[in-house]
Amino acid sequence: MEVIQEKTQNGSAASEVDVHRREFLKKLGSGVFASLLMPILFKDNFAALADEALAQVDLPELPEPSPEEDPLVRMMRDLQRALKKPLEQRKWTMVIDLRKCVGCHACTVSCIAENKLPPGVMYRPVIEEEVGEYPNVHRRFIPRPCMQCENPPCTPVCPVNATYKRPDGVVVIDYNRCIGCRYCLTACPYNARTFDWGEYYTEDVGFLGLQPYEQVDTMEYGLDWKRPEGRSPVGNARKCHFCLHRIEKGLLPMCVVSCIGRATFFGDANDPDSLVSELIAQPNVMRLKEELGTRPKVYYLM
Amino acid sequence: MSHKDTGVVNQEVNAKSAAQVKDQMERDILAAIKKPKPVYWLGLLITITMTLIGAAAWAYQIKTGMGVAGIRNPVGWGVYITDFVFWVGIAHSGTLISAILFLFRARFRNRFNRSAEAMTVFAVMTAGLFPLIHLGRVWFFYWLFPYPTQRLLWVNFRSPLVWDVFAVSTYFTVSAIFWYIGLVPDIAILRRVRTGWQKLAYAFGSLGWKGTFKQWQHYNQIYKYLAALATPLVLSVHSVVSWDFAMGIIPGWHTTIFAPYFVAGAIFSGMAMVFTLVIPMRKFFRLEKYITVDDFEKAAKLLLFTGMIVGYAYIVEFCLAMYSGNPFERDQFIYRAVGDYAFTYWLMIACNVVTPLTLFVRKLRRNIKYLFIISFFVNIGMWLERFNIVVISLAHDFDPYAWGTYTPSIIEVAITVGSFGWFLTWFLLFSKTLPVLPITELKEEAE
Repeated sequence: MEVIQEKTQNGSAASEVDVHRREFLKKLGSGVFASLLMPILFKDNFAALADEALAQVDLPELPEPSPEEDPLVRMMRDLQRALKKPLEQRKWTMVIDLRKCVGCHACTVSCIAENKLPPGVMYRPVIEEEVGEYPNVHRRFIPRPCMQCENPPCTPVCPVNATYKRPDGVVVIDYNRCIGCRYCLTACPYNARTFDWGEYYTEDVGFLGLQPYEQVDTMEYGLDWKRPEGRSPVGNARKCHFCLHRIEKGLLPMCVVSCIGRATFFGDANDPDSLVSELIAQPNVMRLKEELGTRPKVYYLM
Repeated sequence: MSHKDTGVVNQEVNAKSAAQVKDQMERDILAAIKKPKPVYWLGLLITITMTLIGAAAWAYQIKTGMGVAGIRNPVGWGVYITDFVFWVGIAHSGTLISAILFLFRARFRNRFNRSAEAMTVFAVMTAGLFPLIHLGRVWFFYWLFPYPTQRLLWVNFRSPLVWDVFAVSTYFTVSAIFWYIGLVPDIAILRRVRTGWQKLAYAFGSLGWKGTFKQWQHYNQIYKYLAALATPLVLSVHSVVSWDFAMGIIPGWHTTIFAPYFVAGAIFSGMAMVFTLVIPMRKFFRLEKYITVDDFEKAAKLLLFTGMIVGYAYIVEFCLAMYSGNPFERDQFIYRAVGDYAFTYWLMIACNVVTPLTLFVRKLRRNIKYLFIISFFVNIGMWLERFNIVVISLAHDFDPYAWGTYTPSIIEVAITVGSFGWFLTWFLLFSKTLPVLPITELKEEAE
């Protein structure tokens, strides 16, 4: 300010205007800069708020641990232990035992029922593969959820930051932000993402018409998405999110619960006592497309 | 013509005849923008109808949802992205002709630059629509722009799609300014010739151009600077567009040759579109005297050259896939040649690689009708090239469980037809409102 006063006293009118303009530009510049920074500054705070809301959930009561208990009960216990930790210390991991999978597609169907998936959208298909040549031939079934990669190729290509990796490692889609460019679909080497084309199973079938079950709201990410109004998630990319809305309530993902052979396991890999930590420490573990460097968090037992 | 020995009198005669030539030139070129004939109105009616069909199809798609397009899993990118890359490619030769050939002092450029620049601007206007048509929720397209908002929305600068937004909008801005600056002296001529409200409009458009020495000095400077500014853009825009694909890890997309390959392809397709537009224009407006066969021959050589680069890129792509040792990449290229889309692949090879080679024959190169036909082949071939890259790669990526095929739906076809209508409507309007040849530059040349 001193400098300005000095100048206005000594200098001509022109210099006065000049100084004011400089001040103005400085203020304008810092204002623009601050508003550009705003999203970065607030991002973490919002994540923290969501985390706090999550901590207040009443978790289901479990029986005392016993050696003969169902792995589901053990995994739920693992899950509750993990939920007591801060978000960024969890590492949700899935293990699928291919030796146990019989290809019943129960996980696919229960996932569709849980998330109210429309035609064309599938989070967890079971890939069927024929190995060997007749007569020495057998079939292998590979359930394929989203790999929830440590280094996901799908998130950096999103133009509007609608898809990102949460601190607990789950790659999520913010339906409200997604504008439906389908770049993430093309970027995923596992084909784990599908697009919601806004279709219904029986809409065009004359005598059936739109059925009530097709119009049920989906509760993904713990929110109420009203599909029949043509709003999100219609026109969005959709993918497996490890049933985050269930995890947050202390429940296991639907595919894990519905697996008839107990072939799918879920838990926190950062917890050395969890079942998944035990399983992925075994030597017969594989991940899909290691060579691409995506570092999936879904493991297969061979 | 040398007139060293003929003396002052002859020089005066020459100057007089030069002035006559210039007047004649002005009359001929301005004759093109006299009152339109019925055939022009018919053409405009057809193109506007095409545009309306496309607009109706888009409206239907927005109302009903993306399901009306033929794209399904796993081919989530289809004709819309093909059209986008095609139109951005068309936009390329405009700036190549007007900026790069200007800096290289290639004189034949003066015959094509005005219409090529107009074509560039209109093609970018068409291309810019397609990423929006492609969006699942197009009503939020403005989220692609970085602007401060209370909702904390921000674009992801790591996404090649955001690079596209910047590349294409920069290209549009610079090429539109470049086109307009070149037009100013010609609009001033129209201001002189026309009367009534048209005079007023042209007077507004000519930005007070008087043709004084000082104005010309500024004009030449800014034109040169803009040419220099536009030159890197010719290379950058289509490189960025190619990175949309090259940055994805899909086999068939993930290669380093994409940027130069796409730029050459863009210039190739753009030159073909110049032929498609300029040859009928030259005939209808009787500009044979100004756009000569020699000029076409030079442009045809450019077409041949870029066509050969494109053909070379096709071969390199196969070789890379074969010796990379990547089974997915190799399988992708075998699939291109013999798979479900073998027909479009070999049609592309026939259109883009084989037919342009006939331009090595001088007689064919100088045959305007033949060039017109060739230009259609190249346009079709280059559209198919983009279709093949986008669709075949997605239809046959890593694992068999993720394979599928794609056929465009009637809506996608209608929107594509509409895009041609939209583009041609703008071009027809341009051809009757602004001089299709740069009068002042041709006058300069006549001196």
